[in-house]
Amino acid sequence: MISLSSQKEVPPEFRYRTQILLAIVAVIFLFLFGRLFFLQVIDGERYTYLSENNRIRLKKVPGTRGMVLDRRGQLLVDSRPSFDLLFVPEDAPEPENTLRQLARFLGRDEAELLKLSQENKSRTPFQEIVLGKDIDWASMVAVEAHQLDLPGVTLRTRPRRSYVESGMAAHLLGYLGEIGPKQLKTQKDNGYSMGDEIGQFGLERRWEEFLRGQSGGQQVEVDALGRRVRVLHEVEDVPGYNVVLTIDKDVQQAAFEGLKGKDGAIVALDVNSGAVLAMASTPAFDPNVFARGVTSQEWRGLTTDRAYPLNNRAIQGQYPPGSTFKIVLTVASLEEETLSPTQPLACGGSLAVGNRVFRDWKKEGHGSVDLHKGLVQSCDVYYYQLGQRLGIDQIAKHARNLGLGEKTGIALDDEKPGLIPDTAWKKRRFNQPWYPGETPSAAIGQGYITVTPLQMANLMAIIGNGGTRYRPWFVKKVVSLDGSVIQEYGPEKLGAAPLKETTVAFLRDTLRDVVTAGTGGSAKSQIVSIGGKTGTAQVAEMKGAYVKSEQLAYALRDHAWFVAYAPTENPEIAVAVLVEHGGHGGSAAAPLAKSVIEKYFAVRGEPPPANRTLAGTEGDARAN
Amino acid sequence: MPIDRRLAAHFDWTLFGIVVGLIFLGILTIYSATYSVSEHQGSGLATKQFYWFLIGIVALVTATTFDYHRVDRIAYPFYGVILVLLGIVFFIGHSGGGSQRWIHLGFFTLQPSELAKLAIVLALTKFLQYDEPPAGYRLRDLWMPFALMAPLAVLTLIQPDLGTAVIIVVVFFSMILMGGLKLRSFLYLAAAGLTFLPLGWHFLKEYQRNRIWTFLNPDLDPLGAGYHVIQSKIAVGSGRWFGKGFLNGTQNRLDFLPAQHTDFIFAVFAEEWGLIGCLILLALYLALTVVALGIVSRAKDRIGALLAFGVLSIFFAHVVVNICMVTGLMPVVGIPLPLLSYGGSSMVSMMVAMGLLINVSMRRFTF
Repeated sequence: MISLSSQKEVPPEFRYRTQILLAIVAVIFLFLFGRLFFLQVIDGERYTYLSENNRIRLKKVPGTRGMVLDRRGQLLVDSRPSFDLLFVPEDAPEPENTLRQLARFLGRDEAELLKLSQENKSRTPFQEIVLGKDIDWASMVAVEAHQLDLPGVTLRTRPRRSYVESGMAAHLLGYLGEIGPKQLKTQKDNGYSMGDEIGQFGLERRWEEFLRGQSGGQQVEVDALGRRVRVLHEVEDVPGYNVVLTIDKDVQQAAFEGLKGKDGAIVALDVNSGAVLAMASTPAFDPNVFARGVTSQEWRGLTTDRAYPLNNRAIQGQYPPGSTFKIVLTVASLEEETLSPTQPLACGGSLAVGNRVFRDWKKEGHGSVDLHKGLVQSCDVYYYQLGQRLGIDQIAKHARNLGLGEKTGIALDDEKPGLIPDTAWKKRRFNQPWYPGETPSAAIGQGYITVTPLQMANLMAIIGNGGTRYRPWFVKKVVSLDGSVIQEYGPEKLGAAPLKETTVAFLRDTLRDVVTAGTGGSAKSQIVSIGGKTGTAQVAEMKGAYVKSEQLAYALRDHAWFVAYAPTENPEIAVAVLVEHGGHGGSAAAPLAKSVIEKYFAVRGEPPPANRTLAGTEGDARAN
Repeated sequence: MPIDRRLAAHFDWTLFGIVVGLIFLGILTIYSATYSVSEHQGSGLATKQFYWFLIGIVALVTATTFDYHRVDRIAYPFYGVILVLLGIVFFIGHSGGGSQRWIHLGFFTLQPSELAKLAIVLALTKFLQYDEPPAGYRLRDLWMPFALMAPLAVLTLIQPDLGTAVIIVVVFFSMILMGGLKLRSFLYLAAAGLTFLPLGWHFLKEYQRNRIWTFLNPDLDPLGAGYHVIQSKIAVGSGRWFGKGFLNGTQNRLDFLPAQHTDFIFAVFAEEWGLIGCLILLALYLALTVVALGIVSRAKDRIGALLAFGVLSIFFAHVVVNICMVTGLMPVVGIPLPLLSYGGSSMVSMMVAMGLLINVSMRRFTF
């Protein structure tokens, strides 16, 4: 290109072009004006009619949430149709009169309805006021029958969540709640709007995007009294996907039943994959209450209850493991060859370390004790000494290998890590060295150490499979309505510190003997050979006196533990039971583990029923 | 820098007056659109818009102070910076409103797509400033401007900011036509586009179309595309001849005009002032366009004429696209109405555009 001066006079063609442009601009403006004339004058009357009373309304139809099924296709969570009662005061010539009528038809309190309709001062006109969620059949019929006397009153159908066997797996399944203002801000782009329900906890929260369908909607023209005249435009809703769990409904039920009337948790895992077979926590809550809509009073009750029913004790409860921790020392001793398993140590009922005396639970002592007898009889003095020989850092190393002291990584919110202390931790936390006098109590699972029931079940799975640590998981797959698999999950190895053959074999025999001839006698089963360990975690330190748990106030009683796997020859299921303030592990927790294990083997033989699918649904056209 | 008094004497007061008039109408309408009936007061956004107006004045005056021939020097560097910024937004952009549009600079958020429109105008001004070939440009002469435009359009499109992408393309074609593209070449291009686009669109499956459409158009209501347009048409139509009067619009009270004080402000205005009010508003926009075209035709040189025309085409495209959108002639693409819609970045960039127009008009006598 030849560089001419850019300081050229404007060529005449520019003038000519601007004149053409002027004509084009004029035409465009005439065209815009014509459009406005058409809208405002020719069609003005119709639009004026439509603008009165907000004649065109958008009705949202929430997509039906997917079902949740257990590993054998049994229903855990479903959705059912329900009716909400709505009122738009702007559609009623005399709103108060309408409400009075409505109260009469439904037999409800007039003042309450009036209060409900006036509560929300900041609402925009024509926004529906919800007078009742999930109303009963009789109310619905009454409203339908008197439609003409109730201008502005409408019914809305919504799918509502229904949890089979309410509360049985409440903490795992979670619940739904109306989307809050803060959530709305972050979720707006995902198509949520005011009044939508969203998973707030547990599976319902974590698998929200799969379970949730897609909302549809209708543009409806209504008459002056808010009654539907015609549907102008409709977008079909899309149901959500179904989620299949690794949980077994019957095993879950056995766990939940066992905890009835107690506070505690039971976790059962598949030893060879880390799949969760059952996870129960009590006290539980009824997720159906949330589906209906929680009143603020109910919410206060749930959150201020001293027993914290909303807490999932299986993953959030951090307890001293008590004697169940002796398994960790046993593994450490065998792996490190600290002490020959056959070498006996003396137990005279107590052990003096420095100027402190550590007692055995058995006042008269166990006599000469080797590793096998130490575990079977749960001899504290033996483990005090073993702990001293190992030292806290060795104990901590093996505890961590067995998955303690950190989150297991299960896909649930707010899992707690528990705590495994060592010298480095003591330095960080208290800026103090680890004192030798602290090791004995750590050796029997007291002191600083805390674990969660899930971690203990996981520990049993690890020693059951010879040292592989899996991430616990509870969702098997996500399937669409036509049965095609959208997402499949499987075992995920987080670590493998293979245990010696001899270690695994020793534990197998010894844990079996704990049940057949030791402290875990009440877990003995006629059906299957169970191996396990009892534990009693001190809540309050009893100075000197040997007091039976039953004699203490409830809040001071010991926690009862029982951890187990079965069958001992080739473990398939690992279980951890914790009963808060249950007293003795052998009597309070072991029978619960037994019933869960027996239930597992009772249902195991059944072939899975044919895959459930909903009849008459079309293929899912949703994008992934 | 001191402004030459001779220059100041040529400050275009007519244009400035029209601009102030439009902004005044805008503030009034914003007040009404965000007015709360129950509390008998506005929301404070109208006041905020007034502050933006003051900032805008400073921006406008600043845009008149330099010699516009410098465009020749800054056009490509400026273009490069914008291209990089758009790239940054694409890769690490802050997600706002469902699309990647902003860069946070601590004290304010930068929306590079707003500047992309100006970048294409400057770049084309630089390229087209030389005398055109006697017979006009052929398409093959214009591969370079096209290569300048395409990345900007694509990067804004995938943000997705469909509105800005449309504006960039429209401005591009307006400028190369003005710059001397052979009419015949343009007609070939237009015919080809009109043939192939619908064909391609036709071959897409319904759900693919919807997907493209909803991707490019996060503003659309998923629950029935067009609900907002219906409501907006009701607002406009129910204004009829004389409107319902100031603060008496009912549609905007209901909160279902999306962005009733930003992109859909025209609907609020039309409902309250009716066809007569709209006529006055359109007349103001038309007057502004005519004055600006006058500046183009009287500019001292090609570079000034092209610069003035470029910023005018940005302005004009916004006005037409927005009004078409609000009256249901075009799909919703999220474009503000210049000088009326609430919003700082729109206000400031439009005032800068006006400043550049005045800049060119002031310097038509200098040598």
